Amino acid sequence: MLQFENVSFRYAEDDFDMMRNLNFQVEDREFVSIIGASGCGKSTIFRLINGLEKLQQGRILVDGRPVQELKNYSAFMPQKDLLFPWHTIEKNICLPMELAKVPKAEQEKRCKEVLEQVGLSEYAPKYPKDLSGGMKQRVAFARTLLSGADMLLLDEPFSALDYLTRVDMQEWLLHQWEHYHKTILFITHDVEEAIFLSKTIYIIQDRPFSQMERVEVPLSYPRNREDLKRPDIVELKETLIEKLRRSVMNP
Amino acid sequence: MKKHLPSVILAVVLLLLWQGIAMIIDAAYILPSPTQICVRLWELRKPLFLVHLPATMKVTAIGLLISIVLGILLAVVMDASEKVERALYPVIVASQTIPTTAIAPLFILWFGYSIWSKVLVTILITFFPIAITVFDGFKATKREMEELLQTYGATKADIFWKLKLPTALPNFFSAIKMAIPLSVIGAAIAEWLGAQEGLGYFSKRMMTQLDGAGVFAPVVLLSITAMVAVGIITVLEYRFIKWRKEI
Repeated sequence: MLQFENVSFRYAEDDFDMMRNLNFQVEDREFVSIIGASGCGKSTIFRLINGLEKLQQGRILVDGRPVQELKNYSAFMPQKDLLFPWHTIEKNICLPMELAKVPKAEQEKRCKEVLEQVGLSEYAPKYPKDLSGGMKQRVAFARTLLSGADMLLLDEPFSALDYLTRVDMQEWLLHQWEHYHKTILFITHDVEEAIFLSKTIYIIQDRPFSQMERVEVPLSYPRNREDLKRPDIVELKETLIEKLRRSVMNP
Repeated sequence: MKKHLPSVILAVVLLLLWQGIAMIIDAAYILPSPTQICVRLWELRKPLFLVHLPATMKVTAIGLLISIVLGILLAVVMDASEKVERALYPVIVASQTIPTTAIAPLFILWFGYSIWSKVLVTILITFFPIAITVFDGFKATKREMEELLQTYGATKADIFWKLKLPTALPNFFSAIKMAIPLSVIGAAIAEWLGAQEGLGYFSKRMMTQLDGAGVFAPVVLLSITAMVAVGIITVLEYRFIKWRKEI
C-alpha cells in the first residue's frame, strides 16, 4: 500500500508550494488514475514517489516503510518511450535487470516471457526505429514490468499516440494489469481514459493542493468500451470534466 | 553517386578555371596548373610516397591518437564535475588563442628535430575540437533518459557507460572528422618550421627552388590523404551509428 502523509513540496525555482500537507493512499493491486490540469503537480507526485525529487516535508510510505529506506519499489514509465536507439528491443527491455545485476540467463528467460505476453516476441532482435508508436509503448511497458517493482507509475504513457492506437493500448493495458496483478498509478488528461482504466480516480483541483478528491468508478473488471455509454458513466464523465474546467478557470 | 554529382561538377569547374588562369599567367613558379602539378607528382613519386608521406603520416597518427585520448579524457572529467569544467574550460579555450606558427619554433628548441616537436604542434591544434565536441555530446544526453535510469537504481558510472557514452558517439565521430584535416595541417606546419623529412618539409624545399608545381605536389597529396581518412571515418560512422538520427 502507498501512503502520502502530510507531504508538502515546493520547487526551488518557485515561490509557491506545489502541494501542502497532502494525504492520500493507494491499495495494493489497485488501478488508480490521477487527473488534473497541466502543471497542477500530477507528475511531481510521481517524482516524489520514485525519489527524483527529494522529500521536503511529510512521509511517503510503501507497505508502512518510508520510501527512502526502500529499493526497487516502483517503476516509472514516462510519456515518451525513451527506448535506447542503439539497443535492440531485447536489450532495451533487459536494461533494468542489467542494472540490477540479474544473471544473464534469468534476464533472457524473463525477457522472452514478457515479450510473449506483450505480443512482440518476433521483434526481440529489432531496433526501436523498426517499431510503430504503439509497439514502442508496449516495449516501454515491458521494460517497466521487468524492473520487478510491484508499483508502476505511468505518466501519460499514451498521450502521444493517435486516437485508435490509444484506445487499443488502453484495452491492452487493462489486460496486462489483470495478468500481472501490479499496483498502477496512471496520470492522464483524458477523463474517458481515466474512467475506462481505473477503479479509483483522484482529481487535483487546487493549487497548491492539500487534497485530491477521490472518485470510485462504478464499473467492474473486465471492462469493455460499451460500459462507457452507460448513463451513470456518461454523467460521471461530465461531472469530472466540469470539475477540471472549474479548476482551470479558477486557478 | 548522384548525391555527389554537384560537388564533382563544382570541383571540375574550379579545376578548369585554375587550369585556364595558370595557362594565361604562364609562369609555373607563380601559379602552376593542375596538369603541371600532376606531372610533378608523378615525377617525384618515389621521395614523396616512400619517404615524406610516411614521415608526415607518422606525426599525424601519433598526434591524432594522443589528441583523441587527451580530448576524451578532458571531456570526461569536465562532464563528471562542474568545478573541473569551470576550471578547465577557459584554459582549453585559451590554448586555442595561441598562434601555433609562432609557438612551434619553441617546440623545436625544446625537442629538437625529433618527431615530438611536430607531434606537439599537431596535438595543440587537434585536441581542442575533440575535447569540446565530445564534451558537448555528453551534455546532449537527455535529462529524462538519465532520470529513467536513476529510477532503475543506476549509478553515475552506469549512466556514463550505458547512456552518455553512446549518446556522445556521433559527436566523437564528428570530432575525429574535424580533427583529421587539422592534424594533417598541424604536422605540415611543424615540418615547414623545422624538419628533415615530411611533406611540409618537402614543400618548403621546393619553394626554395622556385618549383611551384613541386610546392603544390605534396600539398595535393596531403589533401587527398586527409580526404581518404575522413571518408574511411564516415563509412565507419554509418556502419556503427545507424541510429544517429534517432537520438
